[in-house]
Amino acid sequence: MSADVSTAPVAPPLSRGRRWRAAWRRPETRWAYLFLLPWILGFLIFTAGPMLASLVLSFTDYDVINPASYVGGENYQRMVEDPQVRTALFNTLLYTVIHVPLSIAIALALAVLLNQIGGRFAGFFRTVFYMPAMTPTVAVGVLFLLLLNGQNGLVNAALGLFGVDGPAWTTDPAWVRWGIIIMSLWTIGGTIVILFAALKNVPMDLYEAARIDGAGAWRQFREVTVPMISGSLFFVTIVNTIASLQMFTEVYTMFYGNAQSQLQASDSALFYVIYLFRQGFQFLEMGYASALAWGLFVIVLIVTLVQVKLGDRFVYYEGDDR
Amino acid sequence: MTMVQVEPTRPAGGDQRRRPPSGTSPARRVIRTGFIVTAVALVAATFTYPFLWLVSASLKPRYQVFDNLLIPREVQPQNYTSLLDAVPFLTWFGNSLIVGIMAALTVTLSSALVAFGFAYFRFPGRNVLFLLVLGTMMLPAAVTLIPTFLIWQELGLSQTQVPLWAQNVFASAFYVFLMRQFFLSLPRDTFEAARVDGCGYFGLFWRIAMPLCKPALIVVFIFEFRASWTDLIRPLIYLQDEALFTIPRGLKAILDAFGQGGEQQWEIVAAASVLATVPLIILFFCAQRYFVEGIATQGRKG
Repeated sequence: MSADVSTAPVAPPLSRGRRWRAAWRRPETRWAYLFLLPWILGFLIFTAGPMLASLVLSFTDYDVINPASYVGGENYQRMVEDPQVRTALFNTLLYTVIHVPLSIAIALALAVLLNQIGGRFAGFFRTVFYMPAMTPTVAVGVLFLLLLNGQNGLVNAALGLFGVDGPAWTTDPAWVRWGIIIMSLWTIGGTIVILFAALKNVPMDLYEAARIDGAGAWRQFREVTVPMISGSLFFVTIVNTIASLQMFTEVYTMFYGNAQSQLQASDSALFYVIYLFRQGFQFLEMGYASALAWGLFVIVLIVTLVQVKLGDRFVYYEGDDR
Repeated sequence: MTMVQVEPTRPAGGDQRRRPPSGTSPARRVIRTGFIVTAVALVAATFTYPFLWLVSASLKPRYQVFDNLLIPREVQPQNYTSLLDAVPFLTWFGNSLIVGIMAALTVTLSSALVAFGFAYFRFPGRNVLFLLVLGTMMLPAAVTLIPTFLIWQELGLSQTQVPLWAQNVFASAFYVFLMRQFFLSLPRDTFEAARVDGCGYFGLFWRIAMPLCKPALIVVFIFEFRASWTDLIRPLIYLQDEALFTIPRGLKAILDAFGQGGEQQWEIVAAASVLATVPLIILFFCAQRYFVEGIATQGRKG
């Protein structure tokens, strides 16, 4: 941004405080903050404020109708002892741990194949792969409730072709989680598009060089492709993980709501945000739900920080000699 | 840093890079490509089949929904008319359209404004604030769900559609990030020239930056419209009156009333799912290059 120098007044070195005050006198600074005003207001009203409020609420008993009463750390203690929290956490983490690597592996495989094809064909297939991601999430839930039907669903009909007697994906507590994973693989189009775009940017001469050095297809993939697209891989890992930890719509559509499906009793489709939502808005346990919300915040924060730390080691940035 | 360009065509000479290994003979190359195309086509068919299945199911009589035949034995388009007779689907459609347009319009304008502020100006606190913007992208929406509800309730708007879009007036971190990239890719000389000609800061934004970033604006608009069209959790929280339902909220109600909670009228549920999906598919085909480029850009951040 060398052009910016022209807008900054040339001045002798000043102390930090004086420079700050001088900057504030410039009309440009005031204009900048005017442009930023929507976001600053929004941050205060709808992010920072609510976060503080939910922290405060998490130490109270609040049901919207009666005034909140302070209960100390009771909600957090309840959270630790609540078996349903444990189930919800288990389901959510299991889903995340399986869905994220599996979906990225499949998306990467398809993206590599698309890249091999190239040209118009690849563009056409990319469109086809992306289309499911355009389906409204509730419709995805409805669709897979039908497709995963244990007696007559399409998935089991397909398995039947291979002589496999498919389980009752939507009613058998032992199989529900795997049914949800199958569903989640249908909407990986966004990941495919991102990885395909990254693959197209890998310079061909790197492969040429690797080939001259005698590297086979697999070694080229491992030592050229993966490092060169590691930035994008890292990005989809982080984004998919955060989204998976917050899984709500599809599963809520399928198994919760007014229609009491028998699965609700078994809790095998209970995800963390579903539990939070039900506590807060169906049972009006707003204090407890706020504690759950902060629990989620801490979990997401820790998981993301760990991933960023690990990512630093694996991600190759251009111009970086490591 | 990446230049963001919404361009349908690949750069010239792109095919050059795509030449397969020089050691293989043309015949083997054709066979290899043919094999890959076949494999990908099979997977693509698997991805497409559920759509076709759904459309087909929505046209079948009730007791044939699960026969898994792609061509219905009897075509029963009345499923759609029975659906429209049973629920105010067209009203929900209109509601989703209004909410979606409001959400997309407000977020596009406000995010562009903020993004321009970050991209053009140098000012104290800029880096800290931008880090804060990035930080809020990681924040799970569920954390602020309850206090946000309490705010709208306090304002007396908790039973209206306003909470579904009004927050977008205050910009959204992800789009600010995206648009900032676009603005940064504009040559700075353009702005300096306009400044010399006496253009004010707002003029720079509105008359110069915005017209140049039309593709980016379209990307943000359609992304947010899609997000709004599929949002379920907020309509669940804020909408109790059936007349105010959006499409996802309505579809969930249909599932509960006609599907597993009701008389297993899955043909009606399927018809509703088709109607809920079609607008987004149309939108996708109209704005395909923006979608693809917009998504591809996400992965190229930083």
